Amino acid sequence: MIKSFVVEFWGFLRTRRKYWLLPIFIMMALFGALIVLTKGSAVAPFIYTLF
Amino acid sequence: MRVLGISAFYHDSAAALVDDGEIVAAAQEERFTRKKYDARYPRNAIAYCLEQAGIGLDKVDRVAFYDKPFLKFERLLETYVSFAPRGFASFRMALPLWLREKLFQKPLLVGELKREEPGFDWENRLLFSEHHLSHAASAFYPSPFARAAVLTLDGVGEWATTAVAIGDGRQLAIHKEIHFPHSLGLLYSAFTYHTGFRVNSGEYKLMGLAPYGTPRFVQVIRDHLIDLKPDGSFRLNLDYFDYCTGLTMTNARFDALFGGKPRQPHELLEQRHMDMAASVQAVLEEAVLRLTADVARETECRNLCLAGGVALNCVANGKVLREGRFDNIWIQPAAGDAGGALGAALAAFHLQGGGERTVQGPLDAMKGGYLGPSFDQDEIERRLTAAGARFTSLDQEAMLETVAGALADGQAVGWFQGRMEFGPRALGNRSILADPRNPATQKTLNLKVKYRESFRPFAPSVLREHAPRWFDLAVDSPYMLLVTTVAEQHRKTMTTEEQALFGIDKLNVVRSTVPAITHVDYSARVQTVHRETNPLYHALVSRFHALTGCPILVNTSFNIRSEPVVCTPEDAFRCFMGCEIDMLVVGNAVLRKQDQDPALRVDYRDSFEQD
Repeated sequence: MIKSFVVEFWGFLRTRRKYWLLPIFIMMALFGALIVLTKGSAVAPFIYTLF
Repeated sequence: MRVLGISAFYHDSAAALVDDGEIVAAAQEERFTRKKYDARYPRNAIAYCLEQAGIGLDKVDRVAFYDKPFLKFERLLETYVSFAPRGFASFRMALPLWLREKLFQKPLLVGELKREEPGFDWENRLLFSEHHLSHAASAFYPSPFARAAVLTLDGVGEWATTAVAIGDGRQLAIHKEIHFPHSLGLLYSAFTYHTGFRVNSGEYKLMGLAPYGTPRFVQVIRDHLIDLKPDGSFRLNLDYFDYCTGLTMTNARFDALFGGKPRQPHELLEQRHMDMAASVQAVLEEAVLRLTADVARETECRNLCLAGGVALNCVANGKVLREGRFDNIWIQPAAGDAGGALGAALAAFHLQGGGERTVQGPLDAMKGGYLGPSFDQDEIERRLTAAGARFTSLDQEAMLETVAGALADGQAVGWFQGRMEFGPRALGNRSILADPRNPATQKTLNLKVKYRESFRPFAPSVLREHAPRWFDLAVDSPYMLLVTTVAEQHRKTMTTEEQALFGIDKLNVVRSTVPAITHVDYSARVQTVHRETNPLYHALVSRFHALTGCPILVNTSFNIRSEPVVCTPEDAFRCFMGCEIDMLVVGNAVLRKQDQDPALRVDYRDSFEQD
């Protein structure tokens, strides 16, 4: 599922010529994973400072 | 070629089945799950569509989803980036949801479809249509026009909030768009939020509230909130809105501009809220009129099709009609996102599949909007008996006579017949009916039957052939999507004292010979009843006319506040036992309240969620 998602998302970025979204997406996915994993507010200020 | 259309995952999910361009079935998921505006994958609605066609998923050639999740995600991402670091709270709430499910809508859809048909070939059979193309297709393809301009207006789809398209034969192409965050739908929703109603569903309450107010904030809105150009294009001033970055629609600046904080749902409505409703309604109408004038000028079309949530604003639609820029206007009855399922299926058939389109004379292709489930008399009786109902089955003539007599005696009747309607309006198959001549009807229905706010007006169903004598209406309005005024000869002149009344106090003034359906400004949201599309309902209104001389019935959807419209005979019986309806008619089975077992009564009064 993840593989086909990555292929499709890459195809989408190419079609829309929005490659600049990729690093932002990766950052967001990482932050998002952090939020999902921690499920709490303790990391929020940390993320906020970085963002 | 068979196409199944699906809309889901935001609000009001639905499914629709199209067979060689003919609309076979369409229904909203909420009707089956009994959860209002249910946004989950429409498993039940899909099962119903397939059952109605007598096929399995393996006989469906294409499945079309009504919008493009990646494009929506792109909008979300770009919005956060452009406002960062503001918007972190919203970002934090939204991102896990996207990462968990919304980004993976395609795998989710494939998984669900494979449960139905394990060998489902998604690579060749699953299609995604753009949100506003789905709306435009739902408005144009079923319309009775060979060529038409199409205007779609809503909160937001992927990027577009407003789109102009031209439909010609089987072709349909979007010509221009206005993009998020500039949106008439979101402007209206901001006022819906501030006046204490629920965004995405309370907009029609705001519209109903508007006639009680004075539009004293129009200039404030024009000066501060929206820059409205002569061609109808517009830009919102985002300094006053919170929806790009926050968790609410409006912010403190908006509150300061209108002199107060947002109303909480339990707080009383004040004159200020009514004035805000009147003002935003006036601004919306001005924007829509400018847009339609520009569309008429640019496209040189004499036919206009409308869809998108804003097209449910029947007051604005009525003004577009009276403005006279178009000879004919057709509005998709499921103009909101549920209709996107139908539009996606039709777009897949005509645009992607190259299917031809035939226009069927003066009638549209919606079959009166009666596209949902139906139950034959045997099944009705079996289901009612199992539910513990006590009923008498009559032949159709006797049933019509009984119901017309009960209505003329002032009773409220639950009327359940034939196929359920698709879209938010009950059009005479899942309706509560009453006598419009009775001055107490509006208050009684609101407080004892629907358990809802007493300011809300009811809509009339009028025999098409009598409509021009009772309303200022020269065209058909089969889907209750045009507001017009009660004809002069049926109005009652208000005394000076009555005219001086303000706000809700105006409600109790008898303003016409049909007060239950006459709003405080003499307006009415008319449904014209046609023998061709609903002969049984036409026959009932005709009987009532023969008894009373009045060819009109009050028609409100068969549900109580915060519940979806009833779908099955059991739903109808439960609703009947939970409110003060005097009589229920399901097919030819007649139920009287006094005959029912009191132990089966349901008390709904404390179970309301905000709707």
